[in-house]
Amino acid sequence: MPVSFRFALTCGIALAAALASLSAHATTTSVAVAANFTGAAKDIAAAFHEKTGDTAQLSFGSTGTLYTQISQDAPFEVFLAADDVRPEKAVKDGFGVKGTTFTYAVGKIVLYSTDPALVKGPETLKNATFEKLAIANPKTAPYGTAAVQAMKALKVYDTLKPKIVEGENIAQTHQFVMTGNAELGFVALSQVIGTDAGSRWEVPADLYQPIRQDAVLLKKGEGSEAAKAFVDFLKGPEAAKIIARYGYATGS
Amino acid sequence: MLQFGDIITPVRLTLELASVTTLILIVLGTPLAWWLARSTRWWKEAVGALVALPLVLPPTVLGFYLLIALGPQGIGGLLGVRTLAFSFEGLVIGSAIYSLPFVVQPIRTAFEAIGPRSLEVAATLRASPLDRFLTVALPLARTGFLTGGILGFAHTVGEFGVVLMIGGNVPGETKVLSVAIYDYVEQLQYDAAHVLSAGMVLFSFVVILAMTLIGRRLGQLQP
Repeated sequence: MPVSFRFALTCGIALAAALASLSAHATTTSVAVAANFTGAAKDIAAAFHEKTGDTAQLSFGSTGTLYTQISQDAPFEVFLAADDVRPEKAVKDGFGVKGTTFTYAVGKIVLYSTDPALVKGPETLKNATFEKLAIANPKTAPYGTAAVQAMKALKVYDTLKPKIVEGENIAQTHQFVMTGNAELGFVALSQVIGTDAGSRWEVPADLYQPIRQDAVLLKKGEGSEAAKAFVDFLKGPEAAKIIARYGYATGS
Repeated sequence: MLQFGDIITPVRLTLELASVTTLILIVLGTPLAWWLARSTRWWKEAVGALVALPLVLPPTVLGFYLLIALGPQGIGGLLGVRTLAFSFEGLVIGSAIYSLPFVVQPIRTAFEAIGPRSLEVAATLRASPLDRFLTVALPLARTGFLTGGILGFAHTVGEFGVVLMIGGNVPGETKVLSVAIYDYVEQLQYDAAHVLSAGMVLFSFVVILAMTLIGRRLGQLQP
C-alpha cells in the first residue's frame, strides 16, 4: 500500500509539472469553425502560423453543433460561427468574453446550376422550368434564410415552395446541386468561386439581409495569448485578403 | 412551444417508412436468407459479406453513393423522373439497403439452426420442396423472423445519416423523426429535442425488452 501510494504521488507530481510546463509555453489555440468557412480558415491558420509561430488547431462543424459542444464545456478558445446569433448567445450565456464579438466575414449567395444554360438571372426563378431547387435549411442555416428572403423579395417564394428541397447545411445544398439531384440551388459564393463551370446568378445584396459571420473569444481562451493573437490576426489585412479570395465580403 | 402537429407528422412518417421497409425486407430477405443458409456454392459467403456490408459502412458512404445512384445519372434518370432523392420512395430504397443485414442475418441463422434432419424427414413423407419450406422451415424459423422484423423496424426508425444525405428535409415526405430531432438541436430548441429524444429512448428500450421477452417465450414453445 505505501509503495503504491508513493508511486501515485510521484506520478501526480510529474503530471502536474508536465501540465505546468505546457501552459507556460502554450502556443496552440483551439478554434471552432463553421463548416462553410473551412477552406478560408485553413489558409488563415497557415498564414497565422507562418507569421506568429503559434498554431491554431481548427475543429469544423455546423454552427449549431459547435455551439452545443461549447455549451457542454468543449475546450474551444475561439468560435467562428456562420451567423451573428450564436456568438452573441455565447456571450449572453456566459461562454464568450463580453465585447469580443466581431464580424469576420459576410457571406454572399449565388443561384447556381451545373447546367451551363439553366441559370440566366431572376427570370430563371420566375419561369421555374425545373423540378427541384435546393436551399439550405432556412431555420438553421443563414444561407437558407437569405435564399428565402431573396425569393420573397422577387415574389416567387410561394410558387417555388413545392419545388424546394433543403440541405441540412450549405455544404449539403451544394452537394444536391453538384450531383444533379436538384437542377439548381442557392449556394454560397465561396463554394463556387473556384470554378467557371455551370451557370450562375450572383444574387444582388439588396435582396437579402447580409449573412454576417461573427467570431467571439470564448472564456476558455481569455487567458491564452495564442487565442487573442489569432483573433487579432483574423481582423488584420492578411486575413482579409484570404477571406475576400474565398468569396466573402469582410466585416464592418 | 412544441406544436403537436410538428411532431406527429415526422412520427407518422417514420413509422410508415419503417413498416414499408420491414415488409419489403422480409419478402426479399427470406429467399435470400434461405439461399445463404442452404447453398453450397463457394461464392455464397461473398454474397453474405455484401449483405452484411451496411453493418460496417458509415451511413455517409451509403448516403453519398445513393445520392449519385438515385440521381439523373442513375435510377432516377432510367425511370425518367430525374431523381428519386428527396422522395419517400428514395428513402425506402436507402433504408432497405441500410437495414438489410439486420433482417437477413437473424433469418439466415434461424434457417441454419433447423439442420437437414427435419427437412429430410418431411421429404420422406412426400412433402414437396415448397411444402417443406412453408410448413417445416418457416414455423421452425419464426424466432428468426420476429427478431429480424423487429431489428429491421427499429434500425430504420433510428436511421439518420442516410436520410440526412438523400432526404432534402421535405415535411411529410422525407423529414423523419431523427432528422427532426437534429433540426431542433440545431435551432437550440432543446425542449422539443428533449421530448422527441426521450420518446426515442423509451421506444428503443421497449423494443429491445419486448424482443428479448418474446424471443425467450418463443424459445420455450419451440417443439
